[in-house]
Amino acid sequence: MKIFELENISMAAGFLLLMVGIWGIISQRNIIKMIISFSIVDTSIHLLLVSIGYIRNRTAPIIGEGVTKTDAATQITDPVPQALVLTAIVIGVGITALLLTYSLKLYRHNRSLEINHFNSLKW
Amino acid sequence: MKILRNSALLLIVGFMAWMMIHLYGQYESRDALNPVAEYYAVNGPEETGAANLVTSIVVTYRGLDTLGEVTILFLTAAIIGLLLRTEKGSRKKSVRESSEFLSTASGILIPVITLIGIYIFMNGHLTPGGGFQGGAVLASSFILVLLAISNKRIGHRLLDYTEAISGISFILLGILGILLAGGFLDNRILPLGNFGTLFSAGAIPVIYSLIGLKVGAELSNVILELNQIQGEEEEL
Repeated sequence: MKIFELENISMAAGFLLLMVGIWGIISQRNIIKMIISFSIVDTSIHLLLVSIGYIRNRTAPIIGEGVTKTDAATQITDPVPQALVLTAIVIGVGITALLLTYSLKLYRHNRSLEINHFNSLKW
Repeated sequence: MKILRNSALLLIVGFMAWMMIHLYGQYESRDALNPVAEYYAVNGPEETGAANLVTSIVVTYRGLDTLGEVTILFLTAAIIGLLLRTEKGSRKKSVRESSEFLSTASGILIPVITLIGIYIFMNGHLTPGGGFQGGAVLASSFILVLLAISNKRIGHRLLDYTEAISGISFILLGILGILLAGGFLDNRILPLGNFGTLFSAGAIPVIYSLIGLKVGAELSNVILELNQIQGEEEEL
């Protein structure tokens, strides 16, 4: 059955988390909750990227006991998405730290974290 | 008004769900590597000498991306420092002293956590790990330092020097790669050594250790900035 394979399960979970995160970003009014939703979207995209690189019955791209140097190409999963996710995690940390700092600035300015109270750009 | 808002929300989420169901339906699991990944798998161990192929991609093949990534982290730390800066002298902290348990336990734990962080970034070319992970572990030991000695002010200077020196050495090693080997950030400026030992893979362990120090210093700086406003928020 196709849906019960590991890569399909992780990909479905990734899409589900993506939906949850997007729903959170557009429906929540508290800025901290929006930042948490943003982190959920971030994580879901990592999950999607890794499951795209997964190949069944293969192991991690590290040459050692399980993987020989000569036929590594037939024994490992795709290392490129994993390197991309490594980059994405670090960028995600930076973005989350920046978002939290901006929210702190907004709180100092307005004494509130409700998005409805920030209406200086509305007319 | 509420009905309008909820139906708009439902419309957007429904459209996204429809799009994602189609993406999911068209996905077919793969049974072979694509050409780029196959090149890295076949030639990576010979060309870079690193047992961990992800490390050989992150540090050597896509080393320029990693330089950009480190720059983004640096920019984040700099922007946070700029935004949260307050006037000198106005900072009064009235934080309770840390308990006996916390200070004793962190005295034991801080050296161990720091050692684990250093181990992780030095073995990045052999085991699943590397500079970014090791740097994050180092920063977590710094959180423990901040918790244990919360009533003292900790200077930025050591962190700033660590960050600056490791960043400059990273770029200098990259330029040495142009002069002595095949190109920017080429790791063959040092001998490749025995495959699978600590001193192998040319400059990869050196570069990853520098990245680890730099990431650890940057994340610690971010935590320090966010920590220093804590006492002053309570006064307001």
